[in-house]
Amino acid sequence: MAHVTYLKMEGRSLGFWALLALLAGIVAVGLAAALYMEHNGHWVTGMNNQVIWGTPHVFAVFLIVAASGALNVASIASVFNRQLYKPLSRLSGLLAVSLLAGGLMVLVLDLGRPDRLIVAMTYYNFKSIFAWNIILYTGFFAIVAIYLWMMFERRMNVYTKPAGMAAFLWRLTLTTGTGSIFGFLVARDAYNSALLAPMFIILSFAYGLAIFLLVLMAATRWSGRELGDVMVKRLKNLLGVFVASALYFVVVYHLTNLYITGKHDVERFLLLDGGIYTKAFWLGQIVIGGILPLVILFSGISKSRAMIVLASVLVVLGGLAQMYVTIIGGQAFPMAIFPDKIVSSSFADGVVGNYSPSLPEILLGVGGLGVALALTVFAMKVLPFLPQSLADADVNPHHKAEAAKA
Amino acid sequence: MSMNRRDFLALGGAAIAGTAIAPGIRLIELAQARSPEEAASAAHRWGLLIDTSKCQDGCTACVDACHEENGIQSHGRPATDAQWIRKVTLKDKQTGYVESLPLMCQHCEHPPCVDVCPTGASFKRIDGIVLVDRHICIGCRYCMMACPYKARSFVHEDTTGQKTYNPRGKGCVESCTLCVHKIDRGDGTTACAEACKKEGHQAILFGDLKDPGSEISKRLASQPSQQLRADLKLNTGVRYQGL
Repeated sequence: MAHVTYLKMEGRSLGFWALLALLAGIVAVGLAAALYMEHNGHWVTGMNNQVIWGTPHVFAVFLIVAASGALNVASIASVFNRQLYKPLSRLSGLLAVSLLAGGLMVLVLDLGRPDRLIVAMTYYNFKSIFAWNIILYTGFFAIVAIYLWMMFERRMNVYTKPAGMAAFLWRLTLTTGTGSIFGFLVARDAYNSALLAPMFIILSFAYGLAIFLLVLMAATRWSGRELGDVMVKRLKNLLGVFVASALYFVVVYHLTNLYITGKHDVERFLLLDGGIYTKAFWLGQIVIGGILPLVILFSGISKSRAMIVLASVLVVLGGLAQMYVTIIGGQAFPMAIFPDKIVSSSFADGVVGNYSPSLPEILLGVGGLGVALALTVFAMKVLPFLPQSLADADVNPHHKAEAAKA
Repeated sequence: MSMNRRDFLALGGAAIAGTAIAPGIRLIELAQARSPEEAASAAHRWGLLIDTSKCQDGCTACVDACHEENGIQSHGRPATDAQWIRKVTLKDKQTGYVESLPLMCQHCEHPPCVDVCPTGASFKRIDGIVLVDRHICIGCRYCMMACPYKARSFVHEDTTGQKTYNPRGKGCVESCTLCVHKIDRGDGTTACAEACKKEGHQAILFGDLKDPGSEISKRLASQPSQQLRADLKLNTGVRYQGL
């Protein structure tokens, strides 16, 4: 295989600085929104005592799940020895770190007391999956940082494989932890399932690769670097497989619930008469996030790169819809404290929880995405994350042989 | 009486030493005072027995008394106002029979809120009372996601009219403390039980579940009762009759 030369982004053009300024603006607006919510208290948001976690959690969990998925490309290269993906590994690691940073920022700034972050770092209840997640998140930063170092430093290259293996195992554990935040909740009908942990892992594959593809295509195009068709084709097919697997898990999850009589009410709510949640499920999660991308990715129209970009954007939008249904729909459905009774109270017992996202919540969530992208753009200017060329002839060891045969 | 220099110095020295040492002695005194932890004992398990047949539809005496006692004030925003205790009306889907009951923290033996709390702010006292340590609550609200009774409230805005025994703060989670301050000072009842008794309903009985001689234990031993969401096997400290 030809030696791969990595280059920093030149980062002197007006376009580069405009992009960075735009992202910085998005981050600043997100921070201002967080300040506004913390100053006034959460009553200025759409959240309340029934729907406890709102839009910030939708973005935060999406970004955290996508972060572990973004590392997949590097794992395929170092753990599964696929040479084609090796030149993409550095960017994969970078996105994993930056997406996690963005997600965590949103999560922390939505706390009732973000000023007590140090308490969260120093007091641990080890029975809490949330406490375990804090360790998994910080550990992920450290392990991926070491992994990147092994990749960057030529004399450490030999350790790339063990570091990659450690990072791969860690990211599987991390997403298991994220899914279990919901899976371990016995109180609510929509959660309380071991299936959520593996489902979140599959979702992470899809979300992470979609974002990776978008960043890769934008970065190569805007920096005038070549990106070969073979590589794009592999990545888009892989995305298709991940999206299909995610759909499979969603089908099994709902089929299981539909078989259990006690869960019929929550299924009816999510699939039939849950209003915005039913719409977000069928239109957002299934059509936009599942079926449309599959049709695009596995048909002839995916020869157009614009269509691959579209499919990736749809996966991201569908992912946000899925998080909305899972996180907010799951809370909005009333808790079954008194089976067989029609329940009413001053505390919204027996009725669907009322929630509509407020502007500051959305701005904070988008701010998290802004942090992830701004970090990525800035890091690519400072360190050489992307190869000079990703043309098929430069990265594919078999390309010339194939060309000769043909 | 005249004071010579030696006496003056001795007296002055003693006064200075006294001023210096007194706060220290006061500290020892404070340290030796019964802290809430010491007051609690595993020999007790405090609980409530609620008889729904005696609970009057439309009566909110328990709710009013609780919120008065604990300084919980409404901001006129029902969706985000804290409610430590609420009246729930139940109508049977088959028969149409209507009943009402007060619902609050069930003070579980195995509280899900305590399991999930990342910092340990949610904790169970040795005498079975489930509380939030507002010094280490980070406001993540995971306990509210986990509680099967929706018993907890998040403080959504600045608070006023706090009681010294119940400090509250924006950004933390709180719930029924079983009037722990009343228990610790030996009142032997809670604000809700007191108010219900005063109304003449006597639907709420407070007592020690571990004392076989207590009225609550005697009634639980001799009459049918149930736990809410008994399927979760949380062994609640609050029991219901007549449901």
